Parts: sequence; structure tokens; C-alpha cells
Amino acid sequence: MFTYYLDLALRSLKRNKVLTALMVLAIAVGIGASMTTLTIVHLLSGDPLPGRSSVLFFPQLDPESPVSQGHTQPYPMMDYRSAVDLWSAHRADRQAIITSSSAKVRLPDSGQPPLMLGLLSTSADFFPMFDVPFQYGSGWSADDDAHRARVAVISAGLNQKLFGGADSVGRILRVRDTDVRIVGVLKPWRPTPLFYDPWSQNFSKTEDVFAPFTSSLEINQGNFQPYTCWHVPKDPRDMVHADCVWVWLWVELGSPAKVRDYARFLDHYADTQKAAGRFAVGSERVRLRDLMTWLTARGQVPDDVRLQAWLALAFLVICLFNAVGLLLAKFLRRSGEIGVRRALGASRGAIFAQCLVEAGVIGLLGGFFGWVLTLLGLWLVRHQPVDYAHLARLDTTMFLATFALAVCTSLLAGFIPALRASRVVPGWQLKAL
Amino acid sequence: MQIQPIVAALRRHRLATLLIAMEIALACAVLCNAFFLVAQRMEMIHTNSGIDERSLAVLSVNGFEPSQAADVNARMLAGLQAIPGVQSATLINQVPFGPQRAAAGVTHDPGGYKKLIGVVDFVLGGPGTFKALGLKLVEGRLPQADDYQPAVSFVPNDAQVLVTRALAEHAWPGESPLGKDFWCDKFHFRVIGVVDHFARAQPHQYDMAQAEWTVFTPTAPGGSLSGTYLLRARPQDVQRVLRDAKAAVAKIAPDVVLDQEDSKTLGDLRTDYFETDRIMIGLLLGVVVLMLGVTALGIVGLTSFWVGQRRRTIGVRRALGATRGDILRYFQTENLLIVTIGITLGMLLAYLLNAVLMKFYELPHLPLYYLPIGALALWGLGQLAVLGPALRASHVPPVVATRSV
Repeated sequence: MFTYYLDLALRSLKRNKVLTALMVLAIAVGIGASMTTLTIVHLLSGDPLPGRSSVLFFPQLDPESPVSQGHTQPYPMMDYRSAVDLWSAHRADRQAIITSSSAKVRLPDSGQPPLMLGLLSTSADFFPMFDVPFQYGSGWSADDDAHRARVAVISAGLNQKLFGGADSVGRILRVRDTDVRIVGVLKPWRPTPLFYDPWSQNFSKTEDVFAPFTSSLEINQGNFQPYTCWHVPKDPRDMVHADCVWVWLWVELGSPAKVRDYARFLDHYADTQKAAGRFAVGSERVRLRDLMTWLTARGQVPDDVRLQAWLALAFLVICLFNAVGLLLAKFLRRSGEIGVRRALGASRGAIFAQCLVEAGVIGLLGGFFGWVLTLLGLWLVRHQPVDYAHLARLDTTMFLATFALAVCTSLLAGFIPALRASRVVPGWQLKAL
Repeated sequence: MQIQPIVAALRRHRLATLLIAMEIALACAVLCNAFFLVAQRMEMIHTNSGIDERSLAVLSVNGFEPSQAADVNARMLAGLQAIPGVQSATLINQVPFGPQRAAAGVTHDPGGYKKLIGVVDFVLGGPGTFKALGLKLVEGRLPQADDYQPAVSFVPNDAQVLVTRALAEHAWPGESPLGKDFWCDKFHFRVIGVVDHFARAQPHQYDMAQAEWTVFTPTAPGGSLSGTYLLRARPQDVQRVLRDAKAAVAKIAPDVVLDQEDSKTLGDLRTDYFETDRIMIGLLLGVVVLMLGVTALGIVGLTSFWVGQRRRTIGVRRALGATRGDILRYFQTENLLIVTIGITLGMLLAYLLNAVLMKFYELPHLPLYYLPIGALALWGLGQLAVLGPALRASHVPPVVATRSV
């Protein structure tokens, strides 16, 4: 029966080519616009560390005192003392203290001009915690952190630029005025979004040089920029003693019990600091969010992208209404034909099924052209000067979603017209013939 | 023209009528809000920076120690001024649409947090910078030679500053701002002049009303005023001058690093800064056009169907003496009725959609005048779309009435 309906559908579609083309076009354009924007939203709200994101947590507290007007959420960073206190307490399975600055980097005695590069200052746990892939060598040890070792890990990009991609472990790099030994070279690594840095643009690249937090404080002293300050620092080059937030922490907590314990530890710390007069607010402004919750809280998907998605969906709804109207017109125009079929014994269900098959075929056609338009849309996004442009590609999920959306749309659009068509009174139609 | 028969006919096609009306309603809601968003973005793009953008470029270097600042400044200023076509090379910390370098909350009371004015941008400028920017002084006086105080850490400890009119009206509404004091922690500022317009570095990140909360702070070179230089040249020379200046840095100061990303002409900085807004405007307009197109196609499709269905009836009417114009007007009036129903619904929807957008995107209320504009556009669209099928209907010959289908 289905093949017969399919044959009927194709015949009917061929009979009125203009109307068919209009319907397919309307659905295709609606699908193309919505799938392009939905794909972007889907890609942007992706999990940067699938499998591990649920055990990674971002602790926040509010060291500001006194608290300024309109400030109700903790900053995404901490002051030096709080961060170092929490880090050195070692209450989590793993903990990485992090800050970012820019530093002048060059190869000693190479004659190449110096470069200003992003320097990520962190601790040994950073690499295993975030599953950072290494091309050569490895990260540094906790011992290196403790002894303020002059070591560094560099990005694949920098290794390419300075050493032509060769194994540069053991080579010396001059960071500002200090020589550091390269202990590891990363594979190309571009977590999207750049989840670990609350300061960065969501889709920017990683830093090029990674060095122990303790050593960086000495190497790049004076070049650390505060996120914000609640007192103007006495010496803007001394962030360690300034009332500013500029350091943050990531912790790994392997079980719900550990999460509870750590949350209690954080609350206790904040309350103790408040009692000591260092904080104005205590545990009420402590947050411990897991990676995905933190990314959502931070606003991972840009407002503009979200707006575009809503716009495209509204557009799809308009296309849907359009398709319903046109299908209704199409089916009812065939009232005579339907009347004959009914008179010859076809049930209402059969007419209904036949009409839905026709709507489904239109949906598939619309889906196909919608897919082409989606590819075109994503190609356009890739050529826009936006920082997420490189991400705009259709994955399998979204490819299948395109067709699912198209067929659902057209079946939904076909439902009411098909119902109406199946209610055609045969006698009335036959009389008119 | 009698409306009654049209209404009676529409009653028999309730579902189709309702569908088209709903489509129009949605289109109306999206259209009004999309135009409103476009207008908002346009306003942003046309943010008045208050400076002579066409003649200016900025050049930034870094990678030197504070102890070298004075030396770097001296070499850079001398070297840049020597480039042919440069009218002036002066020191500045930040320019509109470039990176923000100094911003802080300021108060009416010293060291206090109680009488907050707001978060303002401090533009530190060396001698000659005010003139080079082309800022328009509307009240008070220009900075004099002894107003340029050194800024060791952040801004000068005790500065004579010029504020924008927008900031003055916010901080001292209805009063003359001249001679007024304000503080940031222990830093003291006294207002000596008011400039017409001067945008902060990243006007987008603040409310539209706060886009010009800028304080021009005359500052002596050195300290926090080093490494960023404002170049002024004739508009036709700016691109070349900047290119020459970038090339010259390697010779003027071989030990510093040129900041390629932030060294641009003011025109390029503005273009880059509003890039995403322009994309958004293009997208919004694109969707509006597609949406109107689809709606028009829907009207064409459905009316064509109705015309086909009513051929006999039209023939009868023609045979009974109706003119072609009568038939044409019948379909036009029918369309007008449907679109009007849609628009009425659409205006409600538009406000609903606006309320949702306001909640999520910090948008202001949709101004009322967008509604009649949207309505006119859709009426026009409806009439345009119906014209083809209606004309075809009016050409149905009366003889059809005598034939069976």
C-alpha cells in the first residue's frame, strides 16, 4: 500500500510542479536557516572535555571588602592569598592554580625578533587534569612547582614557529630575562570553548607558553594584570599583595562525597576569613560549580547566536504555517478524486495515510534542499570574522537532525490538511462531477 | 464594495483564512522586532567617538620594562614624528574601539564607596594629544602645560581633567561641572573642561547611556603613559603613515615588540569593532526578506487555489454584470481583511516577543511607531502578492458560467 501511496504522491507532486516547488522551497529555506543557527548553538554549547567534565569543579569565593554597590556574585577569580591557601591545602584529588599574563619570549642567540606571547602560569596537575595531549616530553612535576623550577611547556604552534616542529625538549627559551628549559611540547590543542580561562574570549586559542605558577611570579613579576581591584594597588606591579582578583583555581573531585567535603571546606574557609575580618561576606557567596554548569553560568553561547537561533525558529514556524496552507489547498483541490476513491471503498484512514505520505515526500525533498542550504549557511559562517568560525561544520547528529526536522515539520504541516481531506464527503463530490 | 459576501465566503474557509492570518501575525511580530533590533544596532554602529577618526591612527608597542619607559617614549616620539606625512605623534593610553586600559569606579566622596558616580574610562593623554584627537571643547578651558602630571601607578594623584557632557550631566545634573571634584579611591580629580563627545574604549560593553563616560586626564609621559602612540596625518595619508611607522619601529626601538593587532587606523578599529553588529544587521535583514518572501508565496498559493475553485462563481458574477474591476477589488478586499486580522494579532504578538527579548537581551521597549510601519509593510505585501491571482480571476470570461466544470 505504501509504495502505491508513494507512487500517487509522486504523480500528484509532478502534476502541479509550481506549487510543489513552492512548498519544497519554503520548507528548505526554513530548515536551512534553523539548522544553520541550531548547529552553531549545538557546537558552541558542546562539552570541551567529554567524560571528564563532571569531575572538574570551579571554586569561587568573594574576597572583596568592603563590597561595592551592585556586586552580588563572586568574581570569576580570587586574590592571591585565597587562591594559594586553597591550592596548597590539597583537599581535592587534583588542583591547578592558574593565571594568565603576556610575556616577551625569544630564542637566545637566534637573532629572531622577540615575540609577545600568552604565558599560562599554572601547577603540575593542570596537564593530567585537563587531559592535555603531549607531542614530546611531558608536563612538569609537583616538585618543580615547589622548587620554582625554570621549566616550560610550549604549544604546538610555537614549536612549529621556533623549531620547525622538531622535538625541542631540553632547548632553552628566554622568557623576559630568564632562561627556561622546555620540558614538553603539546600536540595541537584547542579546547572549545576555552573553558579553563574565565577571562578569555570563549573561542580564543590557548596560551603558547605554560610555566609553573611559582616560577612565573618571579619571571614575569610586574606584568600580571588584575581582573578587577577593590582598592587601587599601592604598587600596580605587585599583584601578590594587592587587593585585586587575578588568580583562579580548578579542582578535580572524583565522587559526590568529595564534592560535598570540598564545598564544606570552601564554606569553612570563607567563614573563617570573614571572622578574621579579611572578607566582607562569607560562605553565602561561595560557589562550587562543575565545568558545564560553570560554562552555562558564564554564558557560553554568545547572545547574538542565541538570538539568531530564535529568529530562525520563528522563521521555520512561518514556513510551517505556509506549508499547512498550501497543502490544504492542494489536497482539497483533489476533492473530486478523493471522492471517487472513497466511493470505490477507500477508508478515511487510507486517504489520511495517502495525504501524509505526500506530505512526507515533500518533507524529504525539503530536508534534502534544506541540508544543502545548511551546508551553504555554515560555509557562510566559516567565512565570517567571528571567533567561532572555525567550528562551523555539520556533524552526524545535526545531519540526521536536519532530515528529522524536515520530515517532522512536513508531517505536522500535513496533519490538518490530511484530516480535512479524509473528511471529504464522497456523495457531494460525485454529484459535482 | 460590500464586505458581507466576502466575510461569508471567508467563513466557509475558516481554516485557510486563519492559517494565512496567523502567518501574517507571526511575520508582523518578527518584522517589527527585527527592524527594532536593526535600528538598535545601527545606532550602536554610529556611536559618536567625538574624535577626528579619519586623520588618526594608533601604534602600540610592548615588551619593555618600566625603567625603559622614558627612553622608549623619547625614541618612539622622535622617530614617529620624523616620518613624512605625520602631523603629530603623541602619547595616549587608549582610544575609542581599541583595548580598554584604564577604567574604574569614581565617587563623589574621597576614598568612599557610598556616593558612586559610575565606572568611567580614563583616557590619559600627553601634551598635544587633546588637540590631535580633535575633541570639541564646549565649556571650561584646555589643559595647560602644568596640568600634565606624572602617573606613577594608575592615573595622576591629583589631576585636572576634562569630562564629556554625558558624564557631566549624569554626575552633576543641572549644575555646571566646572570646578567639581570626584575621587577614585585616594586619587582626586577636578573638572576644568567639558567636551562634546568622547566614546570610551569599549562602548558596547556598557549601556548606551554610558558609552561616553570618559575622562580625559592630562598626564606627563612615562609610568602608565608609555608604549601607545597616537598618529595624526591627513586622511589620505593615514594608511601609508601607519604602514611606514610600523616598519620604522624595528629601527627606532629594536628591543620592543610591535603590537600588530592593536596598531591600526581609527577607521579600521571602528570597522573591526562593529563587525559583528554589521553581520547581525545583515542576518536580520536577510531573514526579514526571506520571511516576507515566504509569506507572499503563501498568499499567492492560497489565493490562486481559491481563484481556481471559484472560477464558476466568478463567471456567474461576471455574467450577472460585475465588471473586471469588481472581481479584482473583491480579491483585494478579501486579502485586506485577512491581513488586517493578521496584523491585529501580530501587534499583540510583537509586544509579547518584545517583552521576551527585553527579559533576555536588555532591550528597551518597542516604540509604538514600529507597529504602523510593520502594518503598512504587510498590507503592501499582501496587496502585491494578491495582485497576480486577482488579475487572473478578473480575466475569467463570463461564458464560464454557462459551462459545466
